[in-house]
Amino acid sequence: MLIGHPPRPAIAMTFDLVLNVAAAGILTGLVYGLMALGLSVIFGVTRIVNFAHGEMMTAAMYGAVLLFATVKLDPLLAAIPIGAALAVFGYALQSAVINPFIDRPEHSQFMLMVAVAIVLVNGLLMIFGPNAQNVMVGYAFDSYQLGPLLIDATRAYAGAAALLVAGLLFAFFRFARLGKAIRACADNQFGAAVVGLPVKRLYALTFALGSACLGVAGCLLVLMIDVSPPLGPAMTLLAFVIVIVGGLGSMTGALVGGVLIGLSEALAGLVVPPSAKSMVSFAILILVLLFRPQGLVGRRA
Amino acid sequence: MRARVLLSLLAVALVAAPFVVSGYLVSVLIVALYFAYVGQAWNIMMGFAGQLSLGHALYVGLGAYTAAALFVQSGVPPWLGLIAAIIVAMAFAAAIGFLAFRFGISGVYFALLTIAFAEFTRIGFDHFGWVGASAGLFLPVSQRSGSDLLALRGTPTMFYYVILALAAGAFALSRWLLTSRIGFYWMAIREDQDAAQALGIDTFRYKLAAVVVSAAMTSIAGVFFAFYYNNLFPEQIFSIGRSIEIILGPIIGGLGTLFGPVLGAFVLQLLAEALREGVSALGLEIPGLTQVFYGVCLLVVVMFLPNGVWPPIARRLRL
Amino acid sequence: MTALLAVEGISKRFRGLKAVDDVSFTVPKGGIVALIGPNGAGKTTTFNLIAGVYAPDTGRIVLDGEDITSLRPDRACHAGIGRTFQIVKPFGAMTVLENVVVGALRRSADVAAARSRAAELLERVGLADKAAMPAQGLTLPEKKRLETARALATEPKILLLDEVMAGLRPTEIDRMVETFRALNRETGIAILLTEHVMRAVMALSDRIVVLHHGRKICEGSPEQVARNEAVLESYLGTEAVS
Repeated sequence: MLIGHPPRPAIAMTFDLVLNVAAAGILTGLVYGLMALGLSVIFGVTRIVNFAHGEMMTAAMYGAVLLFATVKLDPLLAAIPIGAALAVFGYALQSAVINPFIDRPEHSQFMLMVAVAIVLVNGLLMIFGPNAQNVMVGYAFDSYQLGPLLIDATRAYAGAAALLVAGLLFAFFRFARLGKAIRACADNQFGAAVVGLPVKRLYALTFALGSACLGVAGCLLVLMIDVSPPLGPAMTLLAFVIVIVGGLGSMTGALVGGVLIGLSEALAGLVVPPSAKSMVSFAILILVLLFRPQGLVGRRA
Repeated sequence: MRARVLLSLLAVALVAAPFVVSGYLVSVLIVALYFAYVGQAWNIMMGFAGQLSLGHALYVGLGAYTAAALFVQSGVPPWLGLIAAIIVAMAFAAAIGFLAFRFGISGVYFALLTIAFAEFTRIGFDHFGWVGASAGLFLPVSQRSGSDLLALRGTPTMFYYVILALAAGAFALSRWLLTSRIGFYWMAIREDQDAAQALGIDTFRYKLAAVVVSAAMTSIAGVFFAFYYNNLFPEQIFSIGRSIEIILGPIIGGLGTLFGPVLGAFVLQLLAEALREGVSALGLEIPGLTQVFYGVCLLVVVMFLPNGVWPPIARRLRL
Repeated sequence: MTALLAVEGISKRFRGLKAVDDVSFTVPKGGIVALIGPNGAGKTTTFNLIAGVYAPDTGRIVLDGEDITSLRPDRACHAGIGRTFQIVKPFGAMTVLENVVVGALRRSADVAAARSRAAELLERVGLADKAAMPAQGLTLPEKKRLETARALATEPKILLLDEVMAGLRPTEIDRMVETFRALNRETGIAILLTEHVMRAVMALSDRIVVLHHGRKICEGSPEQVARNEAVLESYLGTEAVS
C-alpha cells in the first residue's frame, strides 16, 4: 500500500523558467486580488465575514460558461452583465438576509454565511453536475513574447482587466461622494447614522460592490481555470488566506496579498506536486495569523 | 424529574431499536448517533467554552488515520490504536490551542486558523505515502458471521451499540463537565473573558483544556468511522464540508445545551434520509440535494431560532 | 495601622500619553479609600494597573507584603484583589446566581458549597430575589451590585469598586453606602473605590486620593480634601457635584 509521489519529469530549472512562472503567478495573483478585494471591502464596511465568497464567485464562473456556450459571449465582455448580476444578488442578500444580523454575535453571522455557502455550492452541483467545465476562447493558446517572457494571452488580459477594475474601485472610494459616505460608515457606524446616512442601504451597496468585483473576477478566472462546484469552498478559503495575509479590511492589502499568494503558489508548483501547492498558502496563513494577525499591510485595530 | 423520565424513555427506545426496526433504519440511526456524538464533542469547545472551531474534521481524520494505519500496517488492535489516536489528536489540539491562545487569536480569526490547520493536514495526508496518500487507506474486510468487539469487526448491530455507548458516554461526560467547576469556568470565559480572568480563572489554561478535551473525544469518532466504513480518503475525511457537518447538529439543536447536539443530529439526519428516500422513490437522483437541505435548515434556524430548536421545546416541556 | 495595599510611584503611558504619572498611595487594613478626579484623570487606569490588566511602566504595587506588580489579572485575584468593572461585564447568559458561583469557585471546587456561598452574597447585595434570572436581564445598577457580589465571592483582601453608584437614586445610594459600611465593619475587608457620586465618597471613605491628569494632586481625610484649594479648582470647579 505504499504510494509515493509520482515521478515528475525532470525540468531544467532555468532562470527563464522561474521568471515565466513568476510572471504567470503575478497575473493570476491580480485576479485573486480582485476577488479578495470584494471580501475585504465587504468586511471593512459591514464587518461581515462573507463565508460564501468563493461560492458566489463560482456561480459567476458558471454564468460566464453559460453565456459563452449559448451566445458565444467572450468572458471579458460577460464580466459586465455578470458583475451587474452579482451586484444585484449581493444587494438583495445584504438587505434581506444579512442586515437583521448586523448586531448579532460574530459566530451567528458566520453561521448565516456558512448556510448561504452550503446552499449556493450544492445548488450549483444540482444544476451543473459535478464535472468540470471550461470556456475555450479563440485566443486560448495565443501568447506574447516579451524578452525572455512568454505570457499567455488569457492571463495577460485577465491580469490587466483585474487591475483596471481594482483601480476603478479605488477611485470610487477616493473621489465619489457615495464612496466617501461608505467610508464614513465604515469608520463609525454610529456616527454615520447620527449625521443621517442611511447605514443599512450603504451596507447593501457595499455588499453589491464587493459582489460585483467578485463577478468580474469569476469571469476572468474562467479564462484560466476550469470550474466545478468544489471550487467554491476552495476559493472562499483562498480569499480568506489572501485578505488575512494582506490585512482584513485593507484594500491595498487584498491586492498585495493576492499577488503574493498567486506568486508563491506558482513558484511552489516548481518544487512540489501541483496538488500540494495550496499547502504553501496555508502555511503562510498560519504564520501570518500567529505573528502578524493584522496582516502585512493592515494596522493593528 | 421530567428530564429523567424523558431520558430513560429515550434510552430504552434506543437500546431496543435494533430488535424492532429494519437493518436499513439501523444504519440511518448509526449515522445520527455518530453526529450526536461528534456534535457533543464540538459543543464542549464552542457551546461551553465559546471557541469556534470550523476545522473539527481534523481530529476525526487524525483519529481515523492513526488507528487505521496502525491496524493496517502493523496489526495493532483497534483498542490500542484508539489510545494512540487520542494521544495524536490531543497533541495536535494542544499545539494549535497553545499557538492560538498564546498569540491572543480569537473569534473569526481563531475559526480561520482551525480551518487552515485542517486543510494543511488534508493536503499533507494527500501526499503521505505510509497511509496511502490520496489513493486512500483501506481496511481489510473479511466475511465473518459473528461480531468481534475487541477487533471492532462485526455486524452493523455491533457498531450501533458501540456508537450508542459513545453517544451516551459523551452526553454523561458533558453533563458532568457542565455541572462541575470547569464547566462554570468555561461558560464564564464564553460570556466574558476579561471578567472571567478577574475572578481568578486562568483563561489560557481552561481554553486549552476545552480544545484538548473536545479533540480527544472527536478522535474517538474518527476511529469508529475508520472501522465502520473501512476506507479513508484525505479528500473526504479532512474536508471543510465534513467540519461543517459536525457543527450543524449542535447549532440547529441548541448551542451549549446537553440535548441540543442529540436532537439536532437526529432531526437533521432523519429528515435528510426521508428526503433522500422521497426523491429516489420518484426515480430521481440529485447530487447535492441533501446538502442544500442542510443549508436551508441551518439558514432557517440561525435566522429564526438563534438559540436552536431545543430551548423552546425544553420550555414547553418545563424541563 | 499597617498598609494592606501600597501603590508606589506607578506610571503608565499609552502612545506617549501619560495616563498615570508617578502615583503613590496606600490603603490600610480594613480601610476605605476613595480615588476621585475628573474623567480621564487616570482612575480606571490605576485600577487596571492594580488588577493586572496592564503592567505599569514604573513603580511597584504591594498587597499584604506580596509584590503583585505586573501579575496577570487571574494571579492578582489569587493574591487577593477583587474588582468590578466601570463598563459592566456580567456573564449575560448565565443566571445571577451562577455568576456569583463562578467567583465562589475560586475558594472551593465544590459546586454545592459555592452555590450556598453565592446565595449568601446575593442576599447581602440585595439580589436574592433575582437569583434565577439570566444576568443580562438585570438593570445597570443591579449589574453593578452583581459584580460586587461576584468579586466578594472570591474572598478578596481588598475590593476595588469602579463607579458602582453610577445611575442610582439618592435613597439607593444611601442603601449601598450602608451595605458597604456593614461589609467593611463585619468582615474587615478593605475597599478602594472610584466614584463620581460625592455623597457616597464623603459618607464612605476614611481617606480620599485626588487624581488630575494622571497625577496625584491631593490626599487626605474627606474634610481636608473638601477644603483643598487645588482640588476645588481642578476638580470641583470643572464638574458639577451631585
